[in-house]
Amino acid sequence: MSGNPIERRLRGWLDAWPVYRQLTGPDRLGRGAAAQSPRSAALRPHTDTPGPPARSVCPYCAVGCAQLVYADAGRAVQIEGDPDSPVSRGRLCPKGSASLQLVTGPQREQEVRYRAPYATEWADLPLDTAMDMIADRVLDARRRGWQDTDDQGNVLRRTTGLAGLGGATTDNEENYLFKKLWTALGAVQIENQARI
Amino acid sequence: MGSNMAEAHPVGFQWVMEAKKNGARVVHVDPRFTRTSALADQYVRIRAGTDIAFLGGVVHHVLSNDLDFREYVAAYTNAAFLVNEGFADTEDLDGLFSGYDPATGSYDTTTWDYEGASQRVTAPMETGMGGPPIEGAAGGIAQDPTLQHPRCVFQVLKRHFSRYTPEMVERVCGVPREQFLQVCDDWTANSGRERTAALIYSVGWTQHTVGAQNIRAGAIVQLLLGNIGRPGGGIYALRGHANIQGSTDIPTLFDLLPGYLPMPRAGQADLTAYLDRVRARNQKGYWEEADAYLVSLLKEYFGDAATADNDFGFGWLPRINGDHGTYRTTMDMIDGRVFGYLVMGQNPAVGSANGRLQRLALANLDWLVVRDLTMIETASFWKDAPEVETGEIAPERCRTEVFFLPAAAHTEKAGSFTQTQRMVQWREKGAEPVGDQRSDLWFFHQLWRRVRERVADSTDPRDEPLQRLAWDYRTEGDEPDPQDVLRRINGIDLTTGRTVDGFTDLRSDGTTACGCWQYSGVYKDEVNQAARRKPHDQQGPYDPEWGWTWPANRRLLYNRASADLDGRPWSERKELVWWDPDQGRWTGHDVPDFPLTTPPGFDPPADARGPAALRGDDPFTMQADGKGWLFAPTGVVDGPLPTHYEPHESPVRNPLYRQQSNPTRRVYPRPENPYDPSPPEGDPDVFPFVLTASRLTEHHTAGGMSRQLPHLAELQPELTVEVSPELARLRGLTHLGWAHVVTARAAVEARVYVTDRMAPLRLDGQVVHQVWMPFHWGPTGLVTGDSFNDLLGVVADANVLIQESKVATCDVRPGRRPRGAELTAFLERLRSRAGITSATGTTLLTAGRSPTNPPPREAP
Amino acid sequence: MTATDRTPPPPVDLARRNGYFDPPPRMGFFTDTSVCIGCKACEVACKEWNHVPEDGLDLLGMSMDNTGMLGANSWRHVAFVEQRRPGTAGPEEQTLAVEARLRAAPRGGSELGTTPLPTAPGGAVADLGMPTVGRPGDGTGAETRTDFRWLMESDVCKHCTEAGCLDVCPTGALFRTEFGTVVVQQDICNGCGYCVSGCPYGVIDRRPHDGRAQKCTLCYDRLKGGLTPACAKACPTESIQFGPLDELRERADRRLAELHGQGVAEAELYGRDPDDGVGGHGSLFLLLDVPEVYGLPPAPVVPTRSAPQIWRRVGAAAAAFALAGIGAFASAAFGDHP
Repeated sequence: MSGNPIERRLRGWLDAWPVYRQLTGPDRLGRGAAAQSPRSAALRPHTDTPGPPARSVCPYCAVGCAQLVYADAGRAVQIEGDPDSPVSRGRLCPKGSASLQLVTGPQREQEVRYRAPYATEWADLPLDTAMDMIADRVLDARRRGWQDTDDQGNVLRRTTGLAGLGGATTDNEENYLFKKLWTALGAVQIENQARI
Repeated sequence: MGSNMAEAHPVGFQWVMEAKKNGARVVHVDPRFTRTSALADQYVRIRAGTDIAFLGGVVHHVLSNDLDFREYVAAYTNAAFLVNEGFADTEDLDGLFSGYDPATGSYDTTTWDYEGASQRVTAPMETGMGGPPIEGAAGGIAQDPTLQHPRCVFQVLKRHFSRYTPEMVERVCGVPREQFLQVCDDWTANSGRERTAALIYSVGWTQHTVGAQNIRAGAIVQLLLGNIGRPGGGIYALRGHANIQGSTDIPTLFDLLPGYLPMPRAGQADLTAYLDRVRARNQKGYWEEADAYLVSLLKEYFGDAATADNDFGFGWLPRINGDHGTYRTTMDMIDGRVFGYLVMGQNPAVGSANGRLQRLALANLDWLVVRDLTMIETASFWKDAPEVETGEIAPERCRTEVFFLPAAAHTEKAGSFTQTQRMVQWREKGAEPVGDQRSDLWFFHQLWRRVRERVADSTDPRDEPLQRLAWDYRTEGDEPDPQDVLRRINGIDLTTGRTVDGFTDLRSDGTTACGCWQYSGVYKDEVNQAARRKPHDQQGPYDPEWGWTWPANRRLLYNRASADLDGRPWSERKELVWWDPDQGRWTGHDVPDFPLTTPPGFDPPADARGPAALRGDDPFTMQADGKGWLFAPTGVVDGPLPTHYEPHESPVRNPLYRQQSNPTRRVYPRPENPYDPSPPEGDPDVFPFVLTASRLTEHHTAGGMSRQLPHLAELQPELTVEVSPELARLRGLTHLGWAHVVTARAAVEARVYVTDRMAPLRLDGQVVHQVWMPFHWGPTGLVTGDSFNDLLGVVADANVLIQESKVATCDVRPGRRPRGAELTAFLERLRSRAGITSATGTTLLTAGRSPTNPPPREAP
Repeated sequence: MTATDRTPPPPVDLARRNGYFDPPPRMGFFTDTSVCIGCKACEVACKEWNHVPEDGLDLLGMSMDNTGMLGANSWRHVAFVEQRRPGTAGPEEQTLAVEARLRAAPRGGSELGTTPLPTAPGGAVADLGMPTVGRPGDGTGAETRTDFRWLMESDVCKHCTEAGCLDVCPTGALFRTEFGTVVVQQDICNGCGYCVSGCPYGVIDRRPHDGRAQKCTLCYDRLKGGLTPACAKACPTESIQFGPLDELRERADRRLAELHGQGVAEAELYGRDPDDGVGGHGSLFLLLDVPEVYGLPPAPVVPTRSAPQIWRRVGAAAAAFALAGIGAFASAAFGDHP
């Protein structure tokens, strides 16, 4: 990583500033070096994480600003722009700058929520059970909406019993498997934000 | 135009600011003065939905003053080609082209042909990426290189826009003549050999009943001025979601297979029948090789089970035979024809047009799966939809079974996004998801695993494709390794087991497997090219080693056009790729978009096909005739040329033709989807104002990723409606007071912003007030409010089925809206006053009607 | 007088004077408002890095500005100024509406250190109207302008050379860093609030839940790690630039000359002058109109330098306020001043 020029220079000045010179000095009014608390003296950026940041991309609009994700013990602690990017040069908009809150905030749901027919509240449901139930329902809807041919006898070989919506916020690899599985199921109703 | 770049794409806007610092002139055309306007050199206020009139005016200005880049136009566009004798223009037919069938509301496009070439009539979305096939295109098309023949495209174009004068632009768009001419001067002065101009648009252009034609109009101007395929030129579609480009390339769309291959249609009995619809046998360019792309896809889908003997499994693909778009499907849900719905990373309850329609559809499903980061309105509609308040949805009577599955965030999984500049960028995994949070890759893998188990022993032939599906991706834990999926998308040479280098390696004999031909090269040399991160200060201006751009890591499409007929850059200042006579190949700063060894003066033999049939001056290598299309002889279902039609809902009578609105627009007459009739059918007194909407910098789409975050929510905490001081006086609105905006569908309340950034327009003595709202709110989140999208009806462009959500008619009234049953009654009263039924606004043909003598209204 | 027509003063070796041997150069911000797009990335990036809490989910209606002012929970604040077309009626209704909103707004530290609205001596409410054609500063060339204009400016702590907040801090919580910046040390601050009235710009304020004083640290922790402050790093258009103050001053001078050359006669630098009432800023601004238009005091004076005069000076400025956002500065001066 090259960082940006001003950061390289700043690090240069700091590196050239020996620790013993930082400790004392003639601070007549006691508003500078003498007033610095041990905590202030020891401050470091919280991007000083154990490993290198992950090279990521902003999840909001389609400009494709590069992000660096700093994490500690598997949890993101800072997300900021990657200055190496020819697209964004390290900059982020307010949404991109709020990415850490997006991925670590208390609004994130962590467990499956299930609402039975006619229920008035959410209930818990184990993930595995949910997946089994969904697989059963997918096949059932597929069967009920199956169409072998059209009015003229042309082959359709499809189902209109189930539909899918999504893709603009998910990865290429995910979308690829979505369309592939849907096509194999014979499900033609698959759409995303591109047409909305 | 049609883009508020500084607000919607702020980090991209740094390049506009940098260009401005370097002397570029920035012009912003928009109904509302935005943060983009504030930084532009010139701001032009325009009436929403009149961009074609404006751009048609530019075309008229260019052609009537001989300001086009003639050398470029004559050689690189279809300006010289002759059009069929039977073609009749909108000038002849009062706003219709020849071939209109009032019974179906669509065109028979036979008369739009080039002379002598035979095209097949194509349905929308039928032909895929390469555009419509043109039989005979490789053999050359009748033309007049002097551009004088009355039926040559150049003259047809001139005549088509002959009445789009500055005065007409003023009458239609509300743009004063001097302002308009200033834009024309800036645009033409900054185009040509030495200079180029870029055009930027967004959904302000696409979300109209003339959406595709808006883009066509921009393309015509840019082609005439020689701004396509050249550095600093081009047309930029700024997309609004991280992977919306990728999700059309590798589509989750009903009408496309990966790589813009069309979905098979009913009646295409076998692979040959399909391919015959997709490409002609003797056309030019790379689309002629669509057979290799499709067969390679089938090999990736079905692996060893796809053989030449079984048509590579083509028969296992489902067929479409009409509109299976998201709105059609939504209506089918209301009608009980759809039982289950999987929604991931999208929020139709507040994010799609006509929110009530969407929520009533959700309430009529058997089951619904929602995958998202947070609880969103689409998952919780059964308890917090506005229809719960009106009594239309009651939790204890709503049978929809809802599964909410928490999703892993972008930081918690590896994968690739394809951004607005066609660049594929890989994301490394940076953190761990918690609890039940999973990637969508995990979800589809687990769903496949379970489905496969359940059909393993089936003897039903409909289960064959599931049983034969090749799903042998390398796994990490209980989900596929996304790198392996990307590798399969890139394509594998099955004879060696290695990745292919690019799409020209793909074959139609079943020896290559490729998930998306267009992405071939993204895993070249067994290396994830999308993960490259060479710093921009360590490489050249086109930064080829950062990510990977489709196709072939080419940064500028059609860049052969950056060189002149002899293969030399048009100017030193604007050099990009050029012919190197010593090496006998194309070279330059970018990957040349041309057969590498085809010289500039090449004239192919008569029997050549595909890439080999490209002449040395055919820069548009995907087009069947190799040229940039000023005139679209086929493939655009609402006309070969863009024409000004009024929006579906408009208070203005079309000043140009008696045909009021796009005669092919898709209307959906239903009780849940009423329209306010426009002149000459109705009078604009109940909903007299023009409503438009867009995004705020501080929020994202319907708010699912922003209204929940305190640091964004506090920046724009409430739904607002912006009105001019003049409109505020007219309706008694006060700054920060409440108002409700009403359309034929809904009433939505918001805080009023009275601002000079909005201003009324004066056209032909008629004053038109425009009203603007953001669309980020809904009933859940840290900051809540009514959903703007409830105001919209569903009416769509016939080419691509995008809804018209950038313009509708409305009224604005002071105070809060009525609630509950009173709201329903209030809307009923207004509709009754305006004479609105589920049939109003659905009459497509008005060309035959007198503008001064509208038909009587239906009884109130 | 503009900054370009005089020789630069000798650099103030601020850190050395405050007890640092051979420190790095004085670092600061240059905020060039002529390229600000009002995106508020600075506000968010600052809050994310510094864990600054949300500052009230209330709509203020000051154009696109719902932050309102700098405070304990807003260390960057983007002001938006809609300048009217000449000849249109004055927006009195809007003025009153915004004023009422601001008065009711639960701004971060308003109940502790300051009052939310500027109350001129005698209790009259200062003019909070959006700028009109008759606003102060029209004599600078603005009268020739015919277009509507929308100004945006990201405001921040000025990191004054003579810092009032620091001067009055009795506990040593506020101190001058080796970079010449002014920082509150949270482990020392006892929440006495003297600093709040010591700032002539209304920047520093106390946070409601713990009472401690808060303001921009110029990302002291990031600087120590050789990193650009969060706001400057995020800024999409380089409206916020970070660097050694000497270089920023030169850059600001060049940019000003460029704009003057382009006919933007009203452009001026703010905080450039080391001889001003606070000894010059560590964060400079290039403004496209007079400071009052942006809610900035035209002639700020460090209270400790001329305490007796401050009432009169700032009072005069308050009467000329063009934007409600300046409530912050005035309130600091008027609020609980002893």
